[in-house]
Amino acid sequence: MDYGTYRGIYTIIVLVVFVGIIWWAYSKQSKKRFDNAANSILDDSDVEKKNSRKKEQQVHRD
Amino acid sequence: MSATSSATPIYNFDIVKKFAFMAVVWGLIGMSAGVLIAAQLVWPELNFDTPWFTYSRLRPLHTNAVIFAFGGCALFATSYYVVQRTCQTRIFSDKLANFTFWGWQAIIVSAVITLPLGITSSKEYAELEWPIDILIAIVWIAYAIVFFGTIVKRTTSHIYVANWFYGGFILTVAVLHIGNSMAIPVSLTKSYSIYSGAVDAMMQWWYGHNAVGFFLTAGFLGMMYYFVPKQAERPVYSYRLSVVHFWALVSLYIWAGPHHLHYTALPDWTQSLGMVMSVVLFVPSWGGMINGIMTLSGAWHKLRTDPILRFMIVSLSFYGMSTFEGPMMAIKSVNALSHYTDWTVGHVHSGALGWVAMVSIGSLYHLIPKVFGRERMYSIKLINVHFWLATIGVVLYIVAMWITGVMEGMMWRAVNADGTLTYSFIEIVAQKKPYNIMRWIGGLCVVSGMIIMLYNVVRTIKSEKVADQGLATKPAVANA
Repeated sequence: MDYGTYRGIYTIIVLVVFVGIIWWAYSKQSKKRFDNAANSILDDSDVEKKNSRKKEQQVHRD
Repeated sequence: MSATSSATPIYNFDIVKKFAFMAVVWGLIGMSAGVLIAAQLVWPELNFDTPWFTYSRLRPLHTNAVIFAFGGCALFATSYYVVQRTCQTRIFSDKLANFTFWGWQAIIVSAVITLPLGITSSKEYAELEWPIDILIAIVWIAYAIVFFGTIVKRTTSHIYVANWFYGGFILTVAVLHIGNSMAIPVSLTKSYSIYSGAVDAMMQWWYGHNAVGFFLTAGFLGMMYYFVPKQAERPVYSYRLSVVHFWALVSLYIWAGPHHLHYTALPDWTQSLGMVMSVVLFVPSWGGMINGIMTLSGAWHKLRTDPILRFMIVSLSFYGMSTFEGPMMAIKSVNALSHYTDWTVGHVHSGALGWVAMVSIGSLYHLIPKVFGRERMYSIKLINVHFWLATIGVVLYIVAMWITGVMEGMMWRAVNADGTLTYSFIEIVAQKKPYNIMRWIGGLCVVSGMIIMLYNVVRTIKSEKVADQGLATKPAVANA
């Protein structure tokens, strides 16, 4: 295979992979998982407290 | 017993504190060096007739200090913070993380010593000589182990997108640094690159532009994907877009380097390839920028009251502006005018001061009270003052550089009817003087903002700790 053909095939492979990534990212199956991921950083609001005084609060509450 | 053991935090915030504080300190020092050399362009006697203060020696000190000391510390601080919080686990190794801190500071200090002494490999943004280069490689590999080790031991199932950007940045910078710094030492302070001629130039700008793409972009996009949603208290506009953004950005950036070498000995096809890939790069850049800004959709009113969020959104506007400007300047016919002029300098600063510094500053203002256990920064008002100083400073700077850039580009290419140059070089330099003063004033505004930031940070650290009081009293009650 000469270099030009190799490059042509390589370009097509990269294009297909990229279209595949878009298809995967925007597919229905991924939506819920990605929504959860996007919200995950906001759900850990109690982590700040957990980090320094979670256990103390628990002890206190108990 | 349970109370004492549970008092050990699950996260290592100590390492984040150290890097965050040093980011502010190095930011102030690096930007002050920039203001000094900007002043030298107007008043050359400011080199005090010493070799150590000449522009040529201080300029690499300025670039290394702002990119690797300020930007680097900000990236270390935020990545260690983000990776722990999103993976909900403690950092992989406290000792190794500590080694990255002291190692990185040692590298910066050796840069501060060697560059004014004129010890340089003369490769732009890779000036440090080989013993320091080896130390950088060791520290960077330790950084990669700590970061990816933390991801491996995560307790969450998903790896949040910010970590993908940080990971891409860490991995690529290792490859770039080791690849470009290959050299043969002839003494402790001098080495010669193993590359020569056009290959050396191509290697240098493959490194140089990807330092922009991965050090100054991907890492800071990681910051954006965590801190903008956190500060806005809303999830990112489109997580799906962020996934496509990541893969598009990392696969395209690596090709853009040749646009630094238009009309040089580099083969024409390589120049054209670099140009086309640089223009294409506009798409993922704006995709990411829109994703960041639109995170605020429905919550725009927050900009009215929150100067931290203002820092972040204005940084994204500058990012959008400079990633439009960049592809345009990579077009060969535009580059014929812009290359080697101040336009390039202005473009870099709209990216570095507008995007990189402002998103870092916003993230640091968000992160510092959290890691030091304070409710918020000492003064929100001072953050607002800093915001306006930074914004006005950057605008003054880049407007001045647009004017001088286009002006000197036009004057350089002007020819008389007989083919001789219309203007001598020194005539053009003299013409630039008022705009160089304007640039210096812009820099002064930015540095004043950093002084205010340092003051605000110190006062925040010294203020009464909210969480500490809880720690001090409650276990005693529990034990009783």
